[in-house]
Amino acid sequence: MDFNVNSPILFVLSGIIVVAVLAQSVFFLAKAWKRGREIGIAKDKLKKTAITAAIFTIAPAVAIVIGVITLSKDLGVPLPWLRLSVLGSLSYETIAATNAENAMGLTFGSVASLTATQYVTIATVMTISILVGVWLTPLVAKKVLGGMINLEKRDRKWSEVFSSAMFIGMIAAFLGFIFCDVSSVFKGSTAGLIPVCVMFVSALVMVLAGLAVKKLKYHWISDYALPVSLVLGMASAIPITAWLG
Amino acid sequence: MKTTIKTTSYIDRVHNWGKIWNFSMLFLMVMFPVAVGIIFKAVPDSKGLILGLIATAPMYWAVGIIETFTYIPMLGAGGSYLSFVTGNISNLKLPCALNALEQAEVKSNSEEGEVISTIAIAISSIVTTLIIVLGVILITPLTPILQAPVLQPAFAQLIPALFGGLGVVFISKNWKISIAPAVLMLVLFIFVPALNAGTVGIMVPVSVVFTLVVSRVLYKKGLLD
Repeated sequence: MDFNVNSPILFVLSGIIVVAVLAQSVFFLAKAWKRGREIGIAKDKLKKTAITAAIFTIAPAVAIVIGVITLSKDLGVPLPWLRLSVLGSLSYETIAATNAENAMGLTFGSVASLTATQYVTIATVMTISILVGVWLTPLVAKKVLGGMINLEKRDRKWSEVFSSAMFIGMIAAFLGFIFCDVSSVFKGSTAGLIPVCVMFVSALVMVLAGLAVKKLKYHWISDYALPVSLVLGMASAIPITAWLG
Repeated sequence: MKTTIKTTSYIDRVHNWGKIWNFSMLFLMVMFPVAVGIIFKAVPDSKGLILGLIATAPMYWAVGIIETFTYIPMLGAGGSYLSFVTGNISNLKLPCALNALEQAEVKSNSEEGEVISTIAIAISSIVTTLIIVLGVILITPLTPILQAPVLQPAFAQLIPALFGGLGVVFISKNWKISIAPAVLMLVLFIFVPALNAGTVGIMVPVSVVFTLVVSRVLYKKGLLD
């Protein structure tokens, strides 16, 4: 069979794995939903959780589609489709593909056509390098979460602080990242301020939503506050980039 | 809604399901390049494979190990098994779960929290997968639209737009334990040029550990009451 990065058989192979991922998600959804009803969580609350999660996911998922398009120029559609549906991220896949292509004397972004050997090499490097979480989670999750339960039993209050601290730690790292190019201002470029301004727009939307909930008692707003702040923040990036970029 | 995890039977079952699913997915994922090789009668280029792996694997394995231990306590059992297969954890699955826990007003370490976060992550995974499928089917008409220069800034600023809103919610509720890590991360990211999009994943566990230490000190001094 002649090789082509968009060969129908590659779509079939990727499709099989994507269907398996979908099946795993549906399986865990069904089990969690059933358990939620058993322990007395109202159906409405579960539905609301599902709807909010779905709405929240749309914009980031479209960004992932853009990643598929970007990578498809070198790798065809099936491999980026698979890699970004299973574990991947645009930044990781780009680095992995670039490293594998460089090792074979190719340049990422300007590959006219790949041979089957080159394709298998790139796919192997991309797959092996990202797999840690898939196998490590089943090996350690029970112990790690068991430790959290023991912590809760020993000191409930500290356990709550511990959980919040983990979330805050992650958020703080990303807040720092948003400011990482700010110092470019001293070199005459204002582009580093774009993410900071976008963050403030998103934060402002969230503050206004919080005020609407507290002062005006519009409780329904809280369900959509994060997706709306995300989309308005992203939309604001268009004029902000035109202004500062 | 204050049921803490006393009966571990559901959680135990989640771990059993997770092991079966994740090892099955591991097998399937590894089989992709193997199957392509068999079908097209090709073996990996040994030099390309070794050099490619040396350049990629050590860093991502190290990050992967640290991320696994960092994110599991935040994602819960079901959420972890799903997230470490479907990916996009810090930029999608975890914020989605955090928002769901917040909206449902449940603690992440309760059984309700486990259920809510699993539902949010499962729905997020399903929607993501379906949107990508749609994107793949419609890739020809979508490419000029999604890659239109006017839209590029919007998708380039996903992380700031996400963490601006999320930051307000969580920092306002936990401001005492937020100040020190936020200041530390700001200083590090602004003044250390090596810290950027490629290294933020490494800084997450650093920030988490620092926040835990600060929180412990404040807690012991009775400043979090």
